[in-house]
Amino acid sequence: MSRELNVKIGLEIHVQITSLKTKLFCSCSADYRGKPPNTNVCPVCLGLPGSLPVLNMKAVKEALKVALALNSAISPVLIFTRKHYFYPDLPKNYQISQYDGIGSAPIAKGGFIKIYINGNEKIIRIRRINIEEDPGRIVYPFGSITKSPYTMIDYNRSGIALLEIVTEPDIGSPKEARLFVQKLASILEHLGVTNPKLEGAIRVDANVSVGDHERVEIKNIGSLRDLEKALAYEIARQSAIIKSGGKVLRETRHWDKTRNATVPARLKEFEEDYRYFPDPDLPALRISRSLIEEVKSQLPELPDQRIKRFIREYGLSEYLASVLVIESKALADLFEESVRVCGNPKLIASMLVNEMLRWIDEADLDLHEGMKRFNSVRICKVVKALNEGVISIKLLKEYIKQIILKDIDPDELIKKGLTVVVDKELIEKVVDEVFREFRSAVMDALRNPKAVNFLVGQVMRKTRGRADPKLVNEIIRRRLKELEGTR
Amino acid sequence: MADNPRYIFEYIDETYEVIEKVEDKIRSFITLRSKEDVLRDAKKVYSKLIEGKAGRLAGVLIAIKDNISTKGLRTTCASKILEDYIPPYDATVITKIKMEDAIIIGKTNMDEFAMGSTTENSAFFPTRNPWDPNRVPGGSSGGSATAVAALESLTALGSDTGGSIRAPAAFTGCVGLKPTYGLVSRYGLIAYASSMDQIGPITRTVMDSALILDIISGLDPHDATSLEKRFPKPLTYYAEKGYRGDVEFSIVVLEEMVGEGVESAVRSSFMRTIRKLEANGINVEWTSRPIIKYALPTYYIIAMAEASSNLARYDGLRYGLHESVEGRSWYEVFAKVRSRGFGKEVKRRILLGTYVLSAGYYQAYYVRASKVRRLIRDTLNLLLRKYDFIASPTMPVLPPRLGERIVDPLKLYAIDINTVLANLAGLPAISIPSDVVDGLPVGFQLIGNELREDELISASAFIESIINLAPLVPPMVRSYV
Repeated sequence: MSRELNVKIGLEIHVQITSLKTKLFCSCSADYRGKPPNTNVCPVCLGLPGSLPVLNMKAVKEALKVALALNSAISPVLIFTRKHYFYPDLPKNYQISQYDGIGSAPIAKGGFIKIYINGNEKIIRIRRINIEEDPGRIVYPFGSITKSPYTMIDYNRSGIALLEIVTEPDIGSPKEARLFVQKLASILEHLGVTNPKLEGAIRVDANVSVGDHERVEIKNIGSLRDLEKALAYEIARQSAIIKSGGKVLRETRHWDKTRNATVPARLKEFEEDYRYFPDPDLPALRISRSLIEEVKSQLPELPDQRIKRFIREYGLSEYLASVLVIESKALADLFEESVRVCGNPKLIASMLVNEMLRWIDEADLDLHEGMKRFNSVRICKVVKALNEGVISIKLLKEYIKQIILKDIDPDELIKKGLTVVVDKELIEKVVDEVFREFRSAVMDALRNPKAVNFLVGQVMRKTRGRADPKLVNEIIRRRLKELEGTR
Repeated sequence: MADNPRYIFEYIDETYEVIEKVEDKIRSFITLRSKEDVLRDAKKVYSKLIEGKAGRLAGVLIAIKDNISTKGLRTTCASKILEDYIPPYDATVITKIKMEDAIIIGKTNMDEFAMGSTTENSAFFPTRNPWDPNRVPGGSSGGSATAVAALESLTALGSDTGGSIRAPAAFTGCVGLKPTYGLVSRYGLIAYASSMDQIGPITRTVMDSALILDIISGLDPHDATSLEKRFPKPLTYYAEKGYRGDVEFSIVVLEEMVGEGVESAVRSSFMRTIRKLEANGINVEWTSRPIIKYALPTYYIIAMAEASSNLARYDGLRYGLHESVEGRSWYEVFAKVRSRGFGKEVKRRILLGTYVLSAGYYQAYYVRASKVRRLIRDTLNLLLRKYDFIASPTMPVLPPRLGERIVDPLKLYAIDINTVLANLAGLPAISIPSDVVDGLPVGFQLIGNELREDELISASAFIESIINLAPLVPPMVRSYV
């Protein structure tokens, strides 16, 4: 439906460069998380009178990595711009950012990311990449803005290096948006620029419009799941307005997680004018070809290359290879680590993608927590059990489920006896039972060999999946033959 | 001082005697350090002198403009919004002079946030000219200049965005030097217009300026716009060279800088100085560059634009003037703090600066002004390839009476006409006392080539020696010399 209404989504993604040791313009630590409030600060990131910013050159190199990985055109000169707005979390009441306009230049423009949606490749264009500083953090002591009679401000985050990555409105659905952000996060993780595991390291704002109507900005989207939900909600809301002949207002809305809805942000009485102008404290910086070449030569393997290699080297399907790499670099790393130890790439890829991710999702677990539970040691134990016939494919699935849900070691499961039953006498007994209970099925099977599967299934059910299916098959076929002989 | 370390205490005693006598009349200081505090510092310097480990400024008292951050010492910018602000860090220049054992005597009065040319815009009180207390001392570094002129301090630091060192130096009979943009670190200097602000010395002689500048200049990792100094020897060496007469240079005078708006008394005094130079073998040529007439509006557009941005941070939340937040939204609090905390001239410049940066006006004003600025810079640099220095009267007028100029902002801005050029072009410029007319000092300005403070100091020392006005002391303190 949303397709017909021509949904256009553009994203603004704020990415912290978590690979840096210090903030963007001062020597305070970039590792601000978990520190007592307002202890990771200095005159510069507090904007004290007389303080001056000095650019962290490593941040420029990291930004160049991203620009190269996103196929963007790098500006020959880097100019920082002051973006003015009054807000308590912004110590100077302007943000040092970059701007695409007269006398200014973002570090890179253009570029694209390829995503795969329903088996098709789609190109999402990048508009620009900025380097800018993160503001401080507003803390609501009683949870939310409405519940708190006062607010507190923690400037530990103030001045952390951010990349702002802005897309063209090429995204057509909430799912595409999720795939895009996933792919971007994987690229950033492969580049070593950002650790997406860190809370607040990747933050997304979205612009959504339906048909030719006004666009609405959604802020405060906390996670990938929220992104999909918020977009779906907003598309439905706007579509409903349009269908009833109403007018979509151009506005900024916030995603309210608890209400599962977007709500209007406080209406501004005036259009914001940021009064951009080049920051006189930071001289324009030439970005030389040799610097770009240096960064280029140090680029690691990127997700698209890695997917291709997985297909080539491990014989994986494109689907499995893409999911492993795009879902998270850590997942692809887990895959390769396990294969290095115990081989069986196709099996392991399928275990991770088809079973592990499913149960992580169902249990609403964090991917990294899931991977801690189903680590390479446990993966190899499971693979070994399968190869040695201790468990069947069916049991293997059960193992992964229990490992993810209960954080249990495969050895425990084996000890508990959750293994393939190879006890012939036991299986003969169960087959007896099934033959007695399902006489007509037995008759069917005599006429039609395909109906045998039903009987096998019943035996498996009675043994709760533990019977060795090969053995069950053999026994049932032998018994059917014997029956045929007696007729 | 090295020969007689005990003299340091005598010298401090004498200085406080002078201060006792004149400070009420001229009011150089917003914060004057107590004699006890200063003596405590002096004792440390004294022991260093005894041990032979003292720095180059051992025993020197220095007055600091109140927009330069001093750790633990109140720094107000002459504004109510920073009335109780005590910086937790030292500006780079302060670190450097402390390392050389200078002793800070106090923080000097100025126009609020350095916006003004008379020191009447201080939120606290105006400073008066020691040559005539009914007249302004110039600004915005007025208190630094009067402290030096009235012998309340041996030397001072000021800051110069459009003439704020040179104007008060000229009006009080001091030497004031605005260095090449970037030669002195701005770290810790409370910004007015970042692309033009420079800290520099105000002293009684060219030699003293050379010494102070030598110490405070050079590349600073805390200021991305700071530059490496290129002269191979200490600047005092070049001053000595100038005093010896071991110099050769040419001067150009731009007609636009001695034309309309220049008082006839100032013009004839300037001509007398030029003739003295020619008599001493200096080649002086005259020319005209019409673009100069756009300098003043260009300067004010850029300065106000940058000021509106630089002053955005004063909202009372983290430091400075505070308003109760009880029952108020943050923007009400911000508005209240800023309405109460900023003076009239500061508000005027923030409003105009905000206007010229607004969408729709940005191109017509700020972008165009930046282009004119580049043309002016290119014009001056080209001229300075042919001649060593551009000379002019520092100020087009004699020190005005209090209240005379401040009533009309445009009349006030007009007296910056000759000083703003060096700031727009980033060039070094100095004001040297050249005359006393009707009991009032007149300053002679030289603008030099970028990063060639060595040449500027040599030429200035030479000019100082041939004009031979020293000792130039206002009547009210003559008995102390």
